[in-house]
Amino acid sequence: MKKVFERPASLRAVPTHYCSGCGHSIVHRLICEVIDELGIREDVIAVCPVGCAVIAYEYWDFDCSEAPHGRTPCVATGIKRVHPDKVVFSYQGDGDLAAIGTAEIIHTANRGENITVFFINNGVYGMTNGQMAPTTLIGQKTSTSIHGRDIARDGYPMKMSELLSQLPGAKYIERVSVDNPANVLKTKAAIKKALKHQMEGKGFSLVEILSPCPTYWGLSPKDACRRIEDEMSKVFPLGVIKDA
Amino acid sequence: MAKILMCGNEVIGEAAVHAGCTFYAGYPITPQNELTHYMSFRMQESGGTFIQAESELAAINLVLGAAAAGARAMTSSSSPGISLKQEGISYMAACQLPAVIVNMMRGGPGLGNIAPSQADYFQATRGGGHGDYRTMVLAPSTVEEVWNLTQLAFDLADEYRNPVMILGDGILGQMMEPVEVVRRHVQAKNAAGTHKPWALTGCKGRKPNVIRSLFLGEGELEELNRIMQMKYDKIKSKEPRFESLYTEDSDLVIVAYGTTSRIVRSAISKARHEHLHVGMFRPITLWPFPEAQLQKLAKKSKAFLVVEMSAGQMVDDVKLSILGQRPIHFYGRAGGGVPTEEAIVEVIKDILKPKSRKRVYA
Repeated sequence: MKKVFERPASLRAVPTHYCSGCGHSIVHRLICEVIDELGIREDVIAVCPVGCAVIAYEYWDFDCSEAPHGRTPCVATGIKRVHPDKVVFSYQGDGDLAAIGTAEIIHTANRGENITVFFINNGVYGMTNGQMAPTTLIGQKTSTSIHGRDIARDGYPMKMSELLSQLPGAKYIERVSVDNPANVLKTKAAIKKALKHQMEGKGFSLVEILSPCPTYWGLSPKDACRRIEDEMSKVFPLGVIKDA
Repeated sequence: MAKILMCGNEVIGEAAVHAGCTFYAGYPITPQNELTHYMSFRMQESGGTFIQAESELAAINLVLGAAAAGARAMTSSSSPGISLKQEGISYMAACQLPAVIVNMMRGGPGLGNIAPSQADYFQATRGGGHGDYRTMVLAPSTVEEVWNLTQLAFDLADEYRNPVMILGDGILGQMMEPVEVVRRHVQAKNAAGTHKPWALTGCKGRKPNVIRSLFLGEGELEELNRIMQMKYDKIKSKEPRFESLYTEDSDLVIVAYGTTSRIVRSAISKARHEHLHVGMFRPITLWPFPEAQLQKLAKKSKAFLVVEMSAGQMVDDVKLSILGQRPIHFYGRAGGGVPTEEAIVEVIKDILKPKSRKRVYA
């Protein structure tokens, strides 16, 4: 009998710590599938963020570094400049990339560093009990916006991909989602395109992935996926934002 | 080889290249800019990487990445910038990553001024950031010593897999002195990843390497700390460095480091002309502090005087070394003030001939 589905070799056979319905484990797997398909497991060096994915190196079976909160692209840049022949990616959440690490991601993109960034946008700080993130939707209730995000008090959801796309150094930026099987496949295609982009020396690439957080959205996994389609993707539209 | 005139900051750059440094990231701040200027072209010439970072936070983390990848990496700054780098230094100490960090100290606290200072002694020798860690601290006093200690810093960092700090000040960084430098044109020594089996190079033919400081399992972080403390104990026993001057026959031993030790040296020469038995103990490593070596002098000398360009920081380590066996005096200038030779001679006289004089120092 032909085997049609199996664990990617780059993904360790261990249970993850993620909540049920969380998007992280889907994206972890997709990255590993792509790495296997490109045959680059021994050439990859990943940088894990501070946030829910902080111990991604427990799941990924390739070289990894941790990074201080938000400095993920700097650590990735340091590695890539030393090993330009390796495939280096950072994996960051919205607190890491859009709040504490805003300066770092902008300047890394602006220098046109030939690295890839996987940006998980779930609109909350999951690791620290669901506080408001720069990407939290208006009216969304979090542990630091209990009556809902208020523009007057908290400002607007920050569109990092659109912002970064203004920089000449950023070459490929796409926003995808893991809310349904079709979108999961599109996410995988975007991950592959971004890594190939780096391997071809084309410069900075970033894939933003809208990802469910049922725990801190207060929804069932199914309803969390529905929320991405009904609400989140209205504010953060899916598609290629830049492909230069 | 002929000596040439170079300022301390530039010599650090050339010495780093000579030591095989292939990665430098920095951010402008006075009084260390000459080093960043120098590295901007010298890294390019020698096949390394120069990045002018968007902040000190970025610079130290670029260095963290390069160090994790196995390169000999360096960053530099001055006091306020070093405060920002402390986050990264703590991570590097915990991840056991080697790197060289230069602090050309200026007056503080806060934005302070750009005058020379030694007020970051506590920060440099006590770890500086969060958690139980130490960085080795080398304190050159001449441009020639800058050349030697910078190279030593890279070797020590690699040997102990720990960040090493070069602690100077605005005078040492900007003063030009004759120095014999060897300009290497090609990077050869210590290519990225060599002899560093822990470095991130891609997991070809081996199990994946992970650089991390997060240990959530019961007892795991305690174990890391135990390993780090064992390493620090080894450093404390093997690596203290110092210079002594006339300590064999001195009633009073002045303890001073870096730029201050140069002024003290001149003051001692004057005092000796006046038949005052004064000597100097100059720590070259501030951490590990040459505690045992200084302790030995307590048997011979009657008193100690600590001179610093601070409100009194190294004086604590001197007290911890002498353990109350002899009186310890302090004379310092804070906020960018530089002690003069004359003032130090006056303080020496106050201590050695107290009855015939009115106290002029606090």
